[in-house]
Amino acid sequence: MLINDGIPTKEDLAKVMPSPERLAAGPVSIAECFQNIPCNPCVKACPRNAITMPNSINDTPQVDHENCNGCGVCVGKCPGLAIFVVDMTYSEEFALVKIPFEYVPVPEVGQMACGLNRSGEEMGWFEVEKVISGGKKNKTYTISLKVPKDLAMEVRNIKVGGYK
Amino acid sequence: MKQIEILVVGGGPAGLCAALAASSLGAKVLICERDDHPGGQLVKQTHKFFGSEKQYAGDRGFQIGEMLLEKVKADENIELWIDTTVLGIYEDGIVTCEHDGEHVKIKPERTIIATGAAEKFLPFPGNDLPGIYGAGAVQTLMNVSGVKPAERVLMVGAGNIGLIVSYQLKQAGVDIAAIIEGAPKIGGYLVHASKDVRSGIPVLTSHTILEAYGKDRVEGAIIAKIDDKWQPIPGTEQDIKCDVICLAVGLSPLTELCWQAGCEMAFIRELSGHVPIVDDYLETTVPGIYVAGDVSGIEEASSAMVEGRLAGLSAAASLGYGKEEAPELQKAAMAELDELRAGPMGERIRMGLEKVAAKGGAK
Repeated sequence: MLINDGIPTKEDLAKVMPSPERLAAGPVSIAECFQNIPCNPCVKACPRNAITMPNSINDTPQVDHENCNGCGVCVGKCPGLAIFVVDMTYSEEFALVKIPFEYVPVPEVGQMACGLNRSGEEMGWFEVEKVISGGKKNKTYTISLKVPKDLAMEVRNIKVGGYK
Repeated sequence: MKQIEILVVGGGPAGLCAALAASSLGAKVLICERDDHPGGQLVKQTHKFFGSEKQYAGDRGFQIGEMLLEKVKADENIELWIDTTVLGIYEDGIVTCEHDGEHVKIKPERTIIATGAAEKFLPFPGNDLPGIYGAGAVQTLMNVSGVKPAERVLMVGAGNIGLIVSYQLKQAGVDIAAIIEGAPKIGGYLVHASKDVRSGIPVLTSHTILEAYGKDRVEGAIIAKIDDKWQPIPGTEQDIKCDVICLAVGLSPLTELCWQAGCEMAFIRELSGHVPIVDDYLETTVPGIYVAGDVSGIEEASSAMVEGRLAGLSAAASLGYGKEEAPELQKAAMAELDELRAGPMGERIRMGLEKVAAKGGAK
């Protein structure tokens, strides 16, 4: 369980997962934030006001998946690095997964990186499609990874270094 | 003898915010900071802070520290003494310190004690071997001095400090064998834990360290699973090879000055030790002595900053500054503290503060 080992369960994830219809309609953000902690930068980050906390900053983020267009601004702003964007419409074979990343070296576009799941297990090698720097102050990179569709809800990190 | 309206002891997040708030109402402030670089623990915090924008959430701790320090340096009402250790506080209100190699006496009209906390240690065989560090020391080596402290670390403690320092070690290229935690649940924020786990760092709850071993320094540790009475379960021992064992097993408020000043103190488990009894405005039972930050109970840096602001406003207001604006500003700070503590993660703090209130302090 998440509280014992830090790994969200299927039940945890089901609570924050966009509908299959919404996933089929284009990129959308998924906030894997399950604990009521005092934190709200994601609310301010969203240019479409699609993330809300109705009662207090101790709420977990409520993402309006219909309003969210998957721009990914929240990915680099979440202090907990808990928000990801998944685009199931990227191509016939691949989904695009946007992952917050704060390690060096940062992979380059076109390189292959080893993807990791929520338990830190290696899931295979995937092409880096895009790298966005958070800038001098924010410093968090957003890495877009081309992932086979059946792994799009598994891959949530990349292994540092060894890119090829 | 140095005369000053408000003396702030400690230039960490609480102390810097206390000084800025007091100055904003017009009071003259002196900060005494033991280190040569003010900012306290903020200096070493490379992760983004939680909270709301009012507590600079989303900025990294060291960035917040730099920003506060720049404001303090630019503030004509604030004098900042670095490399200055406060040594004592006496019944006539005189505070003594070591400053520029001299023994200096200070006569403040108000004193805000913002001395922070010290790390707890853990008893186990072999815990005196070289290579056993507190998490704070590891962070100082890494993030202040630029020294890679280890090749492979066993982290003890899955509170926020253990989780965050493990992440920072991993960022510095250090391998983390595991984060072990005696409690059955992760104590820190789960997003920090998840971030560690998906980077390949296992978090093992209900686990303890039985011993550290090594000839001249740490070469490894024996860990084991524990039962619900915190007793090791035979047969669950694991041999973990590592060159550093990092202890992140909690903090104790640094309250020596409060004791010496004669503040009424109480042992409050939820606040992690002996803390001074305070009122709603963070004034202790000794009139004119205020506290802010971890010295009044272990909490997050965001709360320390707001407490600093509240103590600074209150000390300045008690000197007659900000008659118009102070009450509103104090109320806003209290509301922010309530908000930060409102969730389930603030329950421990709320219980602790209730006990303080029951002893005649805050309502």
